Amino acid sequence: MALFDQTATEHLKGLESGALKSVELTQTYLDRIRAVDNRVGAFLSVDADGALKRAEEIDERRAKKQRVGRLAGLPLAVKDILCERGKVTTCASRMLQQFRPPYDATVIAKLREADAVFVGRTNMDEFAMGGSTENSAFQVTRNPWDLERSPGGSSGGSAAAVAAGMAPLAIGTDTGGSIRQPAGLCGVVGMKPTYGRVSRFGLIAFASSLDQIGPFGQSVEDAALLLETIAGHDPRDTTSLDVPVPAYSQSVNKPLANLRIGWVREHFGGGLDKEVESAVRAAFEVYKSLGATLHEISLPHSKYAVATYYVIAPSEASSNLARYDGVHFGYRTDEKEMLAELAADRRRLETAGDKAGLEHLDSALVRMYRRTRAEGFGPEVKRRIMLGTYALSAGYYDAYYLKALKLRRLIRKDFDDAFGKVDLIAGPITPAPAFKIGEMSGDPLAMYLVDIYTVSANLAGIPGLCLPCGRSQAGLPIGLQLQAPALEEERLFCGARMFEQATDWDKGRAKL
Amino acid sequence: MSISRRDNEKVALLGRLRLTEDELAIMTTELAQIVGYVDQLSEVDTDGIEPMAHAIEVANVFRADEVSPSLSREEALSNAPHRDERGYLVPAVLGE
Repeated sequence: MALFDQTATEHLKGLESGALKSVELTQTYLDRIRAVDNRVGAFLSVDADGALKRAEEIDERRAKKQRVGRLAGLPLAVKDILCERGKVTTCASRMLQQFRPPYDATVIAKLREADAVFVGRTNMDEFAMGGSTENSAFQVTRNPWDLERSPGGSSGGSAAAVAAGMAPLAIGTDTGGSIRQPAGLCGVVGMKPTYGRVSRFGLIAFASSLDQIGPFGQSVEDAALLLETIAGHDPRDTTSLDVPVPAYSQSVNKPLANLRIGWVREHFGGGLDKEVESAVRAAFEVYKSLGATLHEISLPHSKYAVATYYVIAPSEASSNLARYDGVHFGYRTDEKEMLAELAADRRRLETAGDKAGLEHLDSALVRMYRRTRAEGFGPEVKRRIMLGTYALSAGYYDAYYLKALKLRRLIRKDFDDAFGKVDLIAGPITPAPAFKIGEMSGDPLAMYLVDIYTVSANLAGIPGLCLPCGRSQAGLPIGLQLQAPALEEERLFCGARMFEQATDWDKGRAKL
Repeated sequence: MSISRRDNEKVALLGRLRLTEDELAIMTTELAQIVGYVDQLSEVDTDGIEPMAHAIEVANVFRADEVSPSLSREEALSNAPHRDERGYLVPAVLGE
């Protein structure tokens, strides 16, 4: 097994014993990036010099027996949505192509404090809107298992980086499945924590009541280690929860006794790919063989989850993205061209004697906003702003936004009821394995429906994890999703680790 | 509920977007499709259900009113597309 195929937990043992140096490890991953990323396209930027310098410094401190952090010397990739002081942070948007944050996100600060080695920033759907990473303004990311296919999204760059052995660990964000879905399609472990478990300070906002930062790794142990590092209360994020963070990496190997697993009747209706269904059902059998009991449960409102999500998320997005006005930071349209265009519009209306048109003509400031946003945002972002603005506008607010908030409570109540009977919920992560690049791009609604199994966890605020549980005949990874009640990440990790240790799906690596 | 081209022009202005004729045509078709899908929410009886804006409901969070360092003016202006030494510059809004 190549060094880059090993897990972060294995690397850490080598680093701690002195058998492995961070410089050697970091160089290995940088070499791997150089060798394969021209085909995968996972990274928007790679900081080879910075990473090696940092690795060297950590090696020195370790050699001198000085204190080092929990992830000391481990290379790590970060989704290009978390602010890193002085580093271009684009959110895969033209709008932020030149943006250099003047401060660090709390998660970045914690990772720095833990002595992780930042190797680069990963591609994503623009502003995290999408499930294929095709909505990036800069490049397409390809699935390492089949380069014709999408890695999923929106954290597709982070998932692909881990799957291709270009980083042992990566950070993603999950608003409606954006960590778990690409983890499933790329055959790695990805986890969305409870809403409020990880600080969102310095995370570029998409939908603030749903966004959460979480880990990617090659194993459940790795994901546990990374969550343990980034979780915890932060006074700068008022939604972050002031509760203790368990030592997930210590408890992850303890199997759960008398585990009750729920499978959701509504998850196995029409539209579920046969190969996915049989892999997931086989996973249930594995759990039975480990002493768990399986229970059929119902989440009666789950069929409304996608509709609910696609009201709430765009509404919040339309509000959050109002800040991109071409004034404070980010892209601004060319002012001379804008003023010339406006003058030409005015002349045309005057010549036509169009009084109403003249009355409604944009002011220079409004035209500046509109041109800036028209040029700075891509089609999916515009679609969501339109959708959200519509849902929040006078006359439609009650029918859409308020209605969706009520459905959201019903969806959460379904989970509360279910978790009265079972400890974990298990099921598919996506209706089918990875789709082809371009296959979904002409049909936004079809793309949204891929989120059917993932959005509920965000609406309810509960943690969810995806780990590999099989492969299709075409050799594509199939993911198993596990969900737990709020703040029960420890149970989620332990339950996932039981499956991982009983099977070999985590050992598979994409051939590149 | 269908969503017309005229609705979309209005929504684009509210959202401070500017759509080309082609974009407007595509958007009208796509939004109609998505809104049509979302309309299924109306079949659920939600009388008496309290709306839920946040997944983990926390009460007001207060901190002590203490002055602490924040970004310097220079840092705050460092990403401005158009600025002088003191502030952000925008197109003239008065005297039109």
